[in-house]
Amino acid sequence: MSLWTKHAIFEKNSIILLIGILIVISIGGLVEIVPLFYLKSTIEKVSGVRPYTPLELAGRNIYVREGCYNCHSQMIRPLRDEIERYGHYSLAAESMYDRPFQWGSKRTGPDLARVGGKYSDEWHRDHLNAPKSVVPGTVMPAYPWLARTELDYKYIANDLKVQSALGVPYSDEMIANAVADLRAQAVADHPDADALQKRYPNAQGRDYDGNPGAISEADALIAYLQMLGTQVNFKLYDNKANIR
Amino acid sequence: MAQTHPGSLKSMSLSEGALALTFALTAFVTFFIAAMAHTPEFAFHAALFAAGSAAAVFAIVERYFNRPAGPTPLTIDGKPNYNMGPVKFATIAAVFWGIAGFTVGVWAALELAFPVLNFDLPWLSFGRIRPLHTSAVIFAFGGNVLIGTSFYVVQRTCRARLAGDLAPWFVVLGYNFFIVIAGTGYLLGITQSKEYAEPEWYADLWLTIVWVAYLMVFLVTIMRRAEPHIYVANWFYLAFIVTIAVLHLGNNAAIPVSVFSPKSYIVWSGVQDAMVQWWYGHNAVGFFLTAGFLAIMYYFIPKRADRPVYSYRLSIIHFWGLIFLYIWAGPHHLHYTALPDWAQTLGMTFSIMLWMPSWGGMINGLMTLSGAWDKLRTDPVLRMMVVSVAFYGMSTFEGPLMSIKSVNSLSHYTDWTIGHVHSGALGWVGYVSFGAIYCLVPWLWHKRELYSLKLVNWHFWISTIGIVLYISAMWVSGILQGLMWRAYTSLGFLEYSFIETVEAMHPFYVIRALGGILFLAGALIMAFNIWMTIASPEEEAARRTGSAALVPAE
Repeated sequence: MSLWTKHAIFEKNSIILLIGILIVISIGGLVEIVPLFYLKSTIEKVSGVRPYTPLELAGRNIYVREGCYNCHSQMIRPLRDEIERYGHYSLAAESMYDRPFQWGSKRTGPDLARVGGKYSDEWHRDHLNAPKSVVPGTVMPAYPWLARTELDYKYIANDLKVQSALGVPYSDEMIANAVADLRAQAVADHPDADALQKRYPNAQGRDYDGNPGAISEADALIAYLQMLGTQVNFKLYDNKANIR
Repeated sequence: MAQTHPGSLKSMSLSEGALALTFALTAFVTFFIAAMAHTPEFAFHAALFAAGSAAAVFAIVERYFNRPAGPTPLTIDGKPNYNMGPVKFATIAAVFWGIAGFTVGVWAALELAFPVLNFDLPWLSFGRIRPLHTSAVIFAFGGNVLIGTSFYVVQRTCRARLAGDLAPWFVVLGYNFFIVIAGTGYLLGITQSKEYAEPEWYADLWLTIVWVAYLMVFLVTIMRRAEPHIYVANWFYLAFIVTIAVLHLGNNAAIPVSVFSPKSYIVWSGVQDAMVQWWYGHNAVGFFLTAGFLAIMYYFIPKRADRPVYSYRLSIIHFWGLIFLYIWAGPHHLHYTALPDWAQTLGMTFSIMLWMPSWGGMINGLMTLSGAWDKLRTDPVLRMMVVSVAFYGMSTFEGPLMSIKSVNSLSHYTDWTIGHVHSGALGWVGYVSFGAIYCLVPWLWHKRELYSLKLVNWHFWISTIGIVLYISAMWVSGILQGLMWRAYTSLGFLEYSFIETVEAMHPFYVIRALGGILFLAGALIMAFNIWMTIASPEEEAARRTGSAALVPAE
């Protein structure tokens, strides 16, 4: 009985009620979130994982803009059927430069965590332009405007600068060359391809959208899709490295 | 300043002057940003801010010239001088946004059944209108219901006028302006891609200002109360307002690329961002769609049933248990991902424990009807609210079930999740909101009753059939697709390609869209009923006393 009457202190003092609420709702979040910033498994560094090239980043921003995450996950769970369908389960390190993350919550379409290299550029081009032309049963909308729209990359260096302020290892050199690197990656055998490779190992440079005259939004998006899940070499990956 | 009558000195209050000045300054700054914007979409939004700010200055000055000199009295003849204008606005806005949000939902559902309806248009493609649907129903419809009812309930249960002169209007109008910015942003491709937190940095900043004002209005009204105790509904409203503020700030921490660009990057990344997102995402469900609407349950059901809340002690356990346990449940959205196992297990454990306070609340709501169950036969509004509590019980049982890792390995990424969300959203949040709106409109516009209880009955049955079609179609399609993904042939190969599992969904997507259409039809009936109630001529006092003699059969 006495305990119930003690509750009156919350019912008679709005500020005490407010403080009570704040304390009670803080505990769970703190316990679950704070350790993720220092536990080894969540801050592991895996060889091969690098920040996005300017072209890939621009493509990722289009992926975000069009809401692809509403139907496509980027998180392969360690379940037999998923590993056989999509490839090696996703590592935390593979999304360490994802701001925000794109793990998704619904698979109206298939997982895209390792879609890179699975299909040709031509396939992606046709698929984005008219999905039913390559997958007759699909329910995916068509995105014909991507190939028609020129990519707006005037301010791409700003994007790198903000990310570097947040801790992404973009060097001053990378920021200074952002526009040049973007252009170098959007055509095959660009004279600056070596410099791009040095800054972003394994970056693939080619004319993704099949239209060498212009750098379109399709160029950027396909460049992003084609690198997804290709950074880590799982023949060399040591899955015991993070067990303490 | 202008004087209306010689002798009675009228001057602008400090808050009127300061707010008008701030808005004038905002208009100039945003006009400048519009001129310098990096993208036309951002220029449009900055121009909207400039126009909105200019309109606010105009409205404040206009109101000043038309209002009587001196502050509004807090009481008239010893009775509280309630401020119901903002409540009326939010109620109408809720009906409007509800129908808009349901319509977009129906369209999105039809696009999945018939992809040709995307029409190859950027602003109509599924990826852009799905967030438009979720935000419209959760934040535009649900948010206006919560702001409207909370402003009503806090005044009545505290017997005090709403705090602030301009502040309540700032909250209501500012919130709806946020809705306009968020919604048009999605259509134009402005999103930060965090589910249920898609608006970009400048919209988030604006919402923060509005939300702090909301908290202040609510809290100061409670402090003004003439009652010794704070009523239980207000605990839930306060927990909802405070927690949403914390979640909003944590999940939207971002740095804009430039003040002239709509784009920003979140300060968290990868696995940390995933955890922060679902800490936010699940508690948007827990505090926006649950705690806030439980407050509605705790006021409107006892009021409509004319019975006290079943158990005071149960409401204490319900309140603290619910808000403590809910915060932990987020990781169940991340089962079997790269989030560490211990966090997933914690999320699952607390989700299962959450079942108990949830059902405690359901029992408290349902048992409030003891001694008044006969009213379910005669009062379709009360029936709607009671069925909503039953749906609450159902989805808070289904939720813990789906949070179990082995169940989740099947249900995650499938339509089962969509079905679960909608049994909660349409059944619980939708029905308790409709019930509250049906109660509020006659009270606010001083009518004896609604225009037609028969139409409420029609609304109830049509939308109930809609909900049943919706959720059962999603159960079947979700479980079917989950099983098809993991099916193996006798030779040990995956049995179905992904596209075969997509094609199998078609009939269920058609049924789901039909369910949505029925739910929308019900809401349109409600809008008509509300319109006719408000438009009907004032009831005479004589008729009011005359009707009191009618008593429903026992």
